[in-house]
Formats: sequence, structure tokens, C-alpha cells
Amino acid sequence: MNNVFEMLGKMFSYHFMVRAAVVGLLVSLCAALLGVSLVLKRYSMIGDGLSHVGFGSLAVASALGLAPMAVSIPVVMASAVLLLRLSGRAKLKGDALIAMISAASLAVGVIVLSLSDGTTGDVNNYLFGSVLAMTGEDVWLSVALAAVVLVLFVLFYRKMFAVTFDETFARATGEKVEGYHLLLACLTALTIVLGMRVMGAMLISSLIIFPALTAMRVCRSFRSVTICAAVVSVACFMLGLCLSYLLDTPTGASVVVVNVLAFLLFWVIGRARERA
Amino acid sequence: MALITCEKATFAYEGMPVVKELDLTVEKGQYLCIVGENGSGKSTLVKGLLGLLRPVGGRVFYGDGLKQTQIGYLPQRNDHQTDFPASVWEVASSGCRGLWMNATKRKQIKELLELLGVAHLEKRSFARLSGGQQQRVLLARALCATTSLLLLDEPVAGLDPVVTREMYDAIRMLHKERGLTVVMISHDVQAAMQEADHILHLSNSGSFYGTPFEYRHSDLGLAFFGGCCCHE
Ligand SMILES: Nc1ncnc2c1ncn2[C@@H]1O[C@H](COP(=O)(O)OP(=O)(O)OP(=O)(O)O)[C@@H](O)[C@H]1O
Ligand SMILES: [Mg+2]
Repeated sequence: MNNVFEMLGKMFSYHFMVRAAVVGLLVSLCAALLGVSLVLKRYSMIGDGLSHVGFGSLAVASALGLAPMAVSIPVVMASAVLLLRLSGRAKLKGDALIAMISAASLAVGVIVLSLSDGTTGDVNNYLFGSVLAMTGEDVWLSVALAAVVLVLFVLFYRKMFAVTFDETFARATGEKVEGYHLLLACLTALTIVLGMRVMGAMLISSLIIFPALTAMRVCRSFRSVTICAAVVSVACFMLGLCLSYLLDTPTGASVVVVNVLAFLLFWVIGRARERA
Repeated sequence: MALITCEKATFAYEGMPVVKELDLTVEKGQYLCIVGENGSGKSTLVKGLLGLLRPVGGRVFYGDGLKQTQIGYLPQRNDHQTDFPASVWEVASSGCRGLWMNATKRKQIKELLELLGVAHLEKRSFARLSGGQQQRVLLARALCATTSLLLLDEPVAGLDPVVTREMYDAIRMLHKERGLTVVMISHDVQAAMQEADHILHLSNSGSFYGTPFEYRHSDLGLAFFGGCCCHE
């Protein structure tokens, strides 16, 4: 046991680990908060689509030697707005279009990376994340992002609920529904771009989807779901990060596996409560 | 100036007109009941009045200082996402204006929940209430939202007779004492005649608008009643 603590102590003596932990925790928190609305509004697909677009834009940026964030943040935000429009329109076709855009961005990204002098290791890092990717700048960016998401979330919490619960009623009573959707999409885009390099493009959307679904197994009010999702998400990330260090497994995948286990645990608890 | 004016408004879905060239005014202080068969376009008209649906012909406009944010709306029973995590309190209070709750608003919601007999369910999960209980919570939400106009799409559908009575009493009280303008869709023509001061009957072959007295003696009214309630 002592051995484990010793190893964990050592783990945080690495600067890159501390950076990955800070970014990851903040991104997990934001993703969980936004995820509750996204999942309930059945916008989970958008999160998934955005992460693929993010991958494509990161790949292009690195091939062209541009600053990765400066390219992918605007691109992903613009796609967020686009995907939102698409899913708002004809429901069925919207889904298919999002899947198409995802696949297209992924394909472009992989090709660009293979044409530029990247190794398969690079592709792997982009797709499945790496704790080594974070720079000091990224840490500040994610602190700023987290601050923005938290402030906006708390400020508009009641409105987010109203718009998520019953869009028609919100619209009928004069709420700026489109504005809130746009806000949700942009914050999601930011969260995804920031989280993508630790978690990986393939896995970042799970940070959005899992905590909300997990919390919904046992919580019955919007507020308790939101709080529970935030706590679960942060805890799962921390646990996943430590496990990945101890077992020498990829970080993103470890975090997702911990999230899956948490989901199963909460599901069992939920079922047991239902029976009782 | 009327609160809402429809001028030759036509509402359509995918090019199929449902409400055709309707002229209608909703005056301040009015209690208007909309009746008509299933599919005659009542809900569609109300959505048009709310601005959720744009008229494909004619126009709909607000007057008399009416703002969208002063409207309360009770949608027709639609199956809400059955597993949405929300407490009764959260649903009812989502009708409230403003970003923050305060003591006055809390008190108002409490009173409304009490008025509608669902105050004891406050902490319960909305998704797990009975249909009638949900309906009452949604009415409380609509009442939180409104300061001048209340649009109700079949507010008593699915309620038991006692609660139906109470619901009508509550709406009448709000109409009389708070001076709310009420537009209500109902299949309960009897009650509509008693409660409302104006009736709009929509049908595919034309519409009728007038007082309950006029309606009773109109062709549409007679046909719709089937002559079942011509006592008095
Ligand atoms: N979203 C929609 N898309 C296409 N057609 C629709 C839509 N909503 C309603 N309609 C059609 O418009 C017509 C009028 O519908 P509406 O819901 O306004 O009827 P209603 O008078 O409210 O009926 P009910 O008494 O059953 O509530 C119906 O024929 C319906 O099929
Ligand atoms: Mg209807």
C-alpha cells in the first residue's frame, strides 16, 4: 500500500503529470456540467461529431505548422454551430449528416498526418490522447475555460434547465432558446478541444456522456444529477489518471474504463433502490 | 387595441393549410374558449398565437403592450421525455422569470402549488407523477410565467371530475381577480359555454366566433352539440 502512495507521490513530481491532471480535472468538470444538458437534449451525437472535427483540425494545424489551439478552437466552434443547426432541422437526416461530417474529418485528419512526416505514434496520440501533450499555455487556457463555463453555467442554470426540459414552453414564454443552444454548443466545443489531447479525439466525448448517464441512474432531480455528474466525472478522471500511471496504461482509455465501472456501479445501486 | 390580432392568418404544415384565413382578436380581459373536432387546428392556432409557428399567409401581431415574456402556456399533453430527471419544484419554478430565484418568487410558486393541490409533491420526481398530477404542475408553471395572458391547451384533459371543477374554479379566479386574459382549448363544450365569454369554433368547413349565447344558436354550435343541451 505504502508503495502505491509513494508511486503516486512520485507521479506528481513530474510537471507534465501535474499539467495533465489540472487540465483533465477542469475539462472533466466542464464536460460533466455541459453533458447533462447535451444528453437530455439528445445532442450527444454533436459532442461526438465535434471531437472528430477537432481531430481533423488539429492534424491540419500541425501539418501546416500552425498553433493547434488557434486553428481548432474556431473551426470546432463553427462546426458546433453547424451541427446544432443540422440536428435542429429534420431529425433523421441531421443524425446521418453528423455521422458523415465525423467520418470525413477523421479521414482527412488521418491522411494529413500520414502525408506530413508524422509517425503512427502521432496519430495514436491524437486519437487516444497523451499526458505529455500539455503545455503551460494549455493549463492556463483550461483554467480560463473552466472559469468561463462555471460562471456561465451558474448564471444561466435555471434557464438551461427550462430550455432543456421543455424547449417549446421556453420559446413560447419568450426565452432566447437559440441563444442558449448556441452557448451550449460553443462551450462544448471549447471543452472538447481542450480535453482532446489528454483524452484523445476518440474518447473525449465519453467525458460528456458518461457522467450524466451515471448520475441519472440514481438521481431524480436536475440539480442532484448535475452535482452528482460533476463529482463522478472529477473522481473518475483522477482515479483513471492514477491507474494509468500505476499500471502503465493509456490515460484516456483508463479514464473511460473507470467511467464505465462507475456507470455499472450506479446502475446496480439504482436497480437495487428501485426494488426496495 | 387588442392583445393579439390575427389578420387572415393561415397556418400550414408542409404546405397543407390547417387553419385558413382566420381573423381573430384576443382582447385584454377576455376569456376565450376554442372548441372543435380533433384535428381541426386548435393547437396549431394556439402555437401560431404564441409565435411558435409562422403564418404562411396573413399576419399575427401583438398589441396593447403585450410582450412574449408575459405569456403563460400550457402545452397539450405531450409525452415528456419519460425519464427526465426533474423535481416538481424544478418544473414549476422553471416558469419563473429572471435568472435567480428570490423569496417572493419562492412564495409565489408555493402558493400556486398549493392552489393546485400538488404542494405535498414538491420534492417528488416529475416523471413519476400521474398524468393528472403532471398536468397540474405544468399549469403551475404556466401561471408562474404569466402576468397578462394565459394560453391553455386542453387543461382539463385527463383530470378527474373533482380536480376538473377545481381547475375551472382556479382559472376563473385568476381571470377575475388577477385580470388575466385567458385563451383555452377545450373539448368540454358545456364548461366552455359556462366559463368563457367568447367561443371560437374551428372546423374544416369554416369557423364561428361569438359569445356563448350566439354560439348556441349558430348552425355550427347546434351541429356540434347535436342538440343535447338546449335546455334553458
Ligand atoms: N407537426 C405537425 N406536422 C404536420 N402536421 C401536423 C403537425 N401538427 C399537427 N398537424 C396536423 O394539423 C392538423 C391540426 O392539428 P392540431 O394539433 O392543431 O389539431 P387540434 O385541433 O389541436 O386537435 P386535438 O383536438 O386532437 O388536439 C391535424 O390534421 C394534424 O395532423
Ligand atoms: Mg390539440
